[in-house]
Amino acid sequence: MAEADVQNLEDFLATQVLDPWKGPKKVPAEEYFTSGHRTCQGCESAQLMKLMAKAGGPRSIVLGATGCMYVANTTYYSTPWQIPWMHTQLGSTGSAATGTAAGLRALMRKGKMKKEPINVIAVCGDGGGVDMGLSAISAALQHTQYNLLILLYDNESYANTDIQVSGSSPYGANTTFSTPGKARRIMHRRWKKNTAAMLAAGHPECKYVATVCTAYPVEAMNSVRKALSIGGPTFIHSLDPCPKGWDYDPKYSHELGEIAVETGIWPLYEVEDGKLKMYGRSKRIVSGQFKRRPVREYLERQGRFAHFTDEDIEFFQAKTDEMWEKWLLPGVIPFAEA
Amino acid sequence: MSPAKATAVKRVEATGGPSGETEELISGSEAIAHVCRLADVDVITAYPIRPYDTVMQCVSQMISNGDFDCEFIVAESEHSQFEIVKHASAVGARVFCGSSGVGWFYAFEALAVTAGLRLPMVAMVGNRALDDPGAFGVEHNDALAVRDLGWMLAWVSTAQEALDTALIAYRVAEDPRVFLPCAISCDGAFLTHSQAIVNVPSQEMVDGFLPPYDRAEKQLHPDNPITIAPQANEDWLMEMRRQNDMAARRARDVIIEAYEDFGAKFGRGGEPFIERYMMEDAEVALVGMGTLAMPVKVAVRKMREQGKKVGFTRVRWFRPFPTQELQDALGGTKAVAVIDRDYSFGSTFYSGTLTNELRSALYPLESRPKIVSTIAGLGGREVTADNVIEIAGMAFDVAEGGDVSEEDTYWIGVRE
Repeated sequence: MAEADVQNLEDFLATQVLDPWKGPKKVPAEEYFTSGHRTCQGCESAQLMKLMAKAGGPRSIVLGATGCMYVANTTYYSTPWQIPWMHTQLGSTGSAATGTAAGLRALMRKGKMKKEPINVIAVCGDGGGVDMGLSAISAALQHTQYNLLILLYDNESYANTDIQVSGSSPYGANTTFSTPGKARRIMHRRWKKNTAAMLAAGHPECKYVATVCTAYPVEAMNSVRKALSIGGPTFIHSLDPCPKGWDYDPKYSHELGEIAVETGIWPLYEVEDGKLKMYGRSKRIVSGQFKRRPVREYLERQGRFAHFTDEDIEFFQAKTDEMWEKWLLPGVIPFAEA
Repeated sequence: MSPAKATAVKRVEATGGPSGETEELISGSEAIAHVCRLADVDVITAYPIRPYDTVMQCVSQMISNGDFDCEFIVAESEHSQFEIVKHASAVGARVFCGSSGVGWFYAFEALAVTAGLRLPMVAMVGNRALDDPGAFGVEHNDALAVRDLGWMLAWVSTAQEALDTALIAYRVAEDPRVFLPCAISCDGAFLTHSQAIVNVPSQEMVDGFLPPYDRAEKQLHPDNPITIAPQANEDWLMEMRRQNDMAARRARDVIIEAYEDFGAKFGRGGEPFIERYMMEDAEVALVGMGTLAMPVKVAVRKMREQGKKVGFTRVRWFRPFPTQELQDALGGTKAVAVIDRDYSFGSTFYSGTLTNELRSALYPLESRPKIVSTIAGLGGREVTADNVIEIAGMAFDVAEGGDVSEEDTYWIGVRE
C-alpha cells in the first residue's frame, strides 16, 4: 500500500479521546438525553441512555433499534435526544452502526464532509441484540475499519411488547409467553445466553467488550468512554432491572442491579485488547474476597420468580455456582478442559 | 458464468468523439457498475445471490484495480446489506445496493423502511424466480413485490438502457422533491449476463448531469441533531403516508425533466415511462416489460410484413405507473395483449400484475380496447417470436369477437 494510503487509513481511524471520569464529582452537568420520553418509573434502561449520552458527548450519533428505548423514548412530536438519533429495525443494530460509520468515513475520506471523529453508538434491547440482531452485530464486530459502539440494554424480556421471553430471559421467568399454569410450573427452560463473552471470544479483532450495570454509573460511563476511544467496533452489555417485566417496586431498581452482581448472576468484566479484567464486586468474588450472596435473595425480590419452589431456587443456585466454580474463566467462559 | 468472465471489461474502441463516450462490450450488470463509478457512489454493500451479484463482482474488481473508491462492505445477509446502505444514506452518503429473487425478499423489511424514511437508495434487481423450487431464471415477482411501498421501479431491455436508467435513477431519487428509492430491474441472464456494445459516458458528462447528493436539513449529523423516525401512531401516521404519496406523485414530473435533460446532454434516452414500437397505426398492441422487447419486436416486424397492424408498447417505469402514457398509446387500439413475466395467483381473472394495473389504467377511457391477459417466460423460459405471434393472434381474435376471453388468463408455452 502506498504511503499516502496508509496515512489516509490511519487518519480515518482516529477516535475522540474520552478520558475516564474519576468519580461522580468529575462528571459534567450537561445532559444529552433529557425530558420528553415516557419510560416507566424506575426504568434502568432510560438511566443507561442518559449515562451513555453523557459519556459520549455532543459529537455523537445514536441509532436505536426497535424496543423500549424506541417506543417509550421517541414519541412523535417529542424526543429526549439532544444529539442526532435515528430509529433502526429490530435486527439491524449492527448494520445501523456499520452503515452510519461507513457513510461518515466515505464522506470524510472523499472530502465531502468536514473531517472529525464522530461517535457512532447503536443501542438495542435483548430482543434486538441477543435474538434477532445477533448476526448483524457479529458482522459489525468484524469490520475493524469502522469506529462504533453497540450497547445492549438487557432488561431480560421483550418488555415493550408486553413482556415476552427472549434468549436473554433468566431460566423459569414468568413472562406473557411463559406463564406458569396448572400443568406446568416452568415454561421457559432455556438458560440465559452468555452474550458478551460469546462476542468477545468470537471476534478476536474486537478491541473492547464489557459488561456493565447502571447500579455502578461511573463505571458504566467510563466503559462507554473507553469503548468509544479505543477504535474499531466495540460492544457493551448492560443488565437493566425492569420494574414492569421483573415485577417489583420501581424504587428497588438500583438495588436489584447490585444484588444481581453480588449473587454472581451478573458478572462485571472488560475484555480490552485481548485481556480479561473482572471489576467491582465480581473481581472480589473471583479473588475470594467477597462471598457471593445466595441467589434466593435476588429471585425472591421479583414477581417473575414468585412461582419458584425451593427446588427451582436450588437449580438456579447450582447453575450459578457452576459459573464461578466450574468454568474455565469464572463468570465468563462456560467450559473447562476435559 | 465464471466471475472472471462476468467482470471482464473489453474496450472495443475509444471513440474520443465530441460526446466523450467510450464504446465497451459489457453486460447489463457491468453497465450499472460503471454508473456506480461515474456517480462516485460512497457506500456499496454486497451479498451473493445470482444473477444480480455480477454487478458486485464488477464493483469489487474496479475497487481493487484502483478505478473506483468507495466503502465496499460485504454484508452477512441481504437484510443487513440494505440496512447498512439505508443508514449510510441518512448521513448523506450516495449508496448502491442490489439483490435477486428471495434475496430481495430477505431484505423486505429494509426495503419498506427505506421508502418510508424517504432515503434515495438506488438498487439493481437482477430479476429471478422466487424459491421454491430454487430457479435461477427471470420472473418479475421479486421487484414487483415492493410496488406499493414508494419504491420507484424501472425495467430495462438493454445494457445501454441499464446504464442510462441508473444515472437517471440517481438524479430522480436524490431530487429533494422526491427523495424516494429506485430499483432498476434487469432480467436475469438475458441482461445481467449478456454482453452488448454500450456507450459509457465520460466523468465530465456525468458530472454535468448528476448533481451531488445533498440531504440538507434532513442529514443526520451532530451539527444537525434531529431525531429521525420517532414512533408515530394514528395521530400523525396518515399525514406521513400522505407525504410519501405526494412524493411519489411528484416523481412523475421529475422523471420527465430528467429524461429531457439526459436527451439534451447524451443524445439518447427516448420517451420517459414507455417505449412505442410501430404503434402509430396499430390496431392491436402487445405490452410487456424488460428483455421481452427483443422477440416481441422481431415478431411485430414479421407480422407487419404480412400487413397486420400490430405494435408494441414497452413499460419502462412501473412506478410511478405510466397511466396517462398508456391511455394515450393504447386508447386508440382495438385490442391489447399483455405478456406478464410474473404471476398474481388468485387475482382478478388470474392475471399477472402488469395486466391488472393496465386494466385499471384503461378503465376510465370512453372507448377501451379489449384486453387479453397472458403469462409467459416464467423461470427464464424463452419467449419466442412464434409465442408472440400466437399471443398477437389472440388479440386479433378478441378484437373480432372471437372465442378468446377477456375474463381469463392464458399461459403461453406451458405443458398442461
